[in-house]
Amino acid sequence: MIALQHILDAVNVGGLYALMALGIGLIFGVMRLINFAHGEMVMAGGYAMAMLSALPAPAVIAVSIIIVVALAVAIERGAFRPLRGKDPATLLVASFTVSYFLQNLSVLVFGARPLPFAFMPGLAEILEIGGLRVPLLQFVSLGLTVLALAGLAILVKRTTIGIELRAAAEDVVTAQLSGINVNRVIALAFVISAVLAWVVSLTYSAQIGQLSPAMGVRPLIIGFVATILGGLGSLPGAALGGFLVGAISVLLEVVLPSETRPFREAFLFGLVFIILVVRPEGIVRVCALQERV
Amino acid sequence: MRSPFRDALTTALLLTAAVAIVAAIGTQLSGGTQRIIIDAMIKMIIVLGMYIFVGNSGLLSFGHIGFLGLGAYTAAWLTIPPSIKASLMPGLPDFLATAALHPLPAALAGGAAASLAALLVGIPLTRLAGVAASIGTFAMLVVFYAIFSNWTSVTGGQGSLYGLPVFTSLPVAAGFTVATILGAAMYQASASGFRLRGSREDAVAAQASGIDIRRERLIAFVISAFFVGVAGALYAHFLQVVVAREFYLKLTFITVAMLVIGGMRSLSGAVAGTAFVAFLSEVLRQAERGIDLGVVSIGGRLGLQEVGLAIAMLIVLIFRPRGITGGRELTLGWRSR
Repeated sequence: MIALQHILDAVNVGGLYALMALGIGLIFGVMRLINFAHGEMVMAGGYAMAMLSALPAPAVIAVSIIIVVALAVAIERGAFRPLRGKDPATLLVASFTVSYFLQNLSVLVFGARPLPFAFMPGLAEILEIGGLRVPLLQFVSLGLTVLALAGLAILVKRTTIGIELRAAAEDVVTAQLSGINVNRVIALAFVISAVLAWVVSLTYSAQIGQLSPAMGVRPLIIGFVATILGGLGSLPGAALGGFLVGAISVLLEVVLPSETRPFREAFLFGLVFIILVVRPEGIVRVCALQERV
Repeated sequence: MRSPFRDALTTALLLTAAVAIVAAIGTQLSGGTQRIIIDAMIKMIIVLGMYIFVGNSGLLSFGHIGFLGLGAYTAAWLTIPPSIKASLMPGLPDFLATAALHPLPAALAGGAAASLAALLVGIPLTRLAGVAASIGTFAMLVVFYAIFSNWTSVTGGQGSLYGLPVFTSLPVAAGFTVATILGAAMYQASASGFRLRGSREDAVAAQASGIDIRRERLIAFVISAFFVGVAGALYAHFLQVVVAREFYLKLTFITVAMLVIGGMRSLSGAVAGTAFVAFLSEVLRQAERGIDLGVVSIGGRLGLQEVGLAIAMLIVLIFRPRGITGGRELTLGWRSR
């Protein structure tokens, strides 16, 4: 029974990480940008929901999604588009800067002190199913994760725009020459990643029960781990990496003696380090990213 | 023929003169102003230390603040009086628990500890290139921070370590800054520095010319960590407290911004960027407190400083991606690059 509980936890946590990893991986795929600011999309979603909580729930959901998407598009236009094609180090610094900017903008607007997150308090209710005590939140987040993953898979595999997205991820120049509007594709990647971030912000904020300007950093860091583990640039790899990291972190929680548990993050990132060194391309190797001489 | 060594020395001497002038003026100013200058000088040591690796190898590092923390904790372990240590850090091994060193050897020990850590981390890390290397250094930062903030019996965890003797006065800070400028210039002019810059410009060609890129990167990484570790010890003796949360994303951002804004490919850029950002931060910090224009006073708001700095950084990245200096060095006269 306990094992089942752990598996459920692993799937749940893993789903959250998978969504983070997909959001990061999607942007990396189309513009070779490691997006530090993705964590701040999660933060923005949380604050948007909290600020709108006077409205009816469906309106809160719709408006907060729109806010996060608008923010992502604005960042793409304002900061990343002028830098497109610059060397990866510049892009990396830029995204780090945007992340720092948004975090401190949030300090400026909402203050540094954490705010309570009370949207849909019903989520905290605990259901008893066959001896397992599972908060409703876990089901909701699981459902949302499955929905988001399936939606993304259909979009990328079955629609024209998805094919364009994959083409741009493979080779931007060739895609452009084949008549694909790269600006539109990149903007779309930002929109999709913002929606994924929004899903994370709903479940993550409800989990930790409060909002703070730096709340996006932790999921972002773990999203990085998952993306790198799965293979930068590969979407199935990112999802796989997310679930794997979820499983590993639950495993560490169970296996590690209690006094070393605070070091879980150190172990997790030590793992990234080892993976980067042993197999820098991750589990799923992406041909388009191999260096050619 | 121009000697690269002489060129580097000229640049270093010009920069040294600038530091000396600032220090000389600083000693005449109020205590508060002196503290601002000392703070900027310590940051300059950090940025110069980072420059040794980042500037010459072309690989951006987000991890050097971890070395800064290590230097600061080493200073705390070695210089806090044993009686205070016993209650703050009960988990220290005996030779550290009883140590009561003068801050100067402790600072050098901080540098040595950082170098050792850089050697251990660098052996695997230098296998990576480009963005993967940067993410690797970021991973390193997170690991360092997790250890600093959780290993309570040795680092005080989330709490702060106090009782460090005062050491980092303006002349001391200026002295170390000058030493770091000279060190960075010497490395830059050395054969190893040349080989590393060769690998930065074209890794394949460098390898084909027989350069062992991993070895050169490792050398630069270890040297650069030494200076950052020393800066950590100086920082600890400046603030007189060591807190884990100091050594994380905020300081990482500020130092990276200093390096990038100045131009991460020249020694003069590292110095100019630090001076510029330190000045800008100070102006913004005053604004954060609120501006009093006599008739109207604009209320200050927390976060203004960081937001302003981030905007400045984005502007530089978009319009002058090679930084203020554009990668050039400060030299006498107008010589071609």
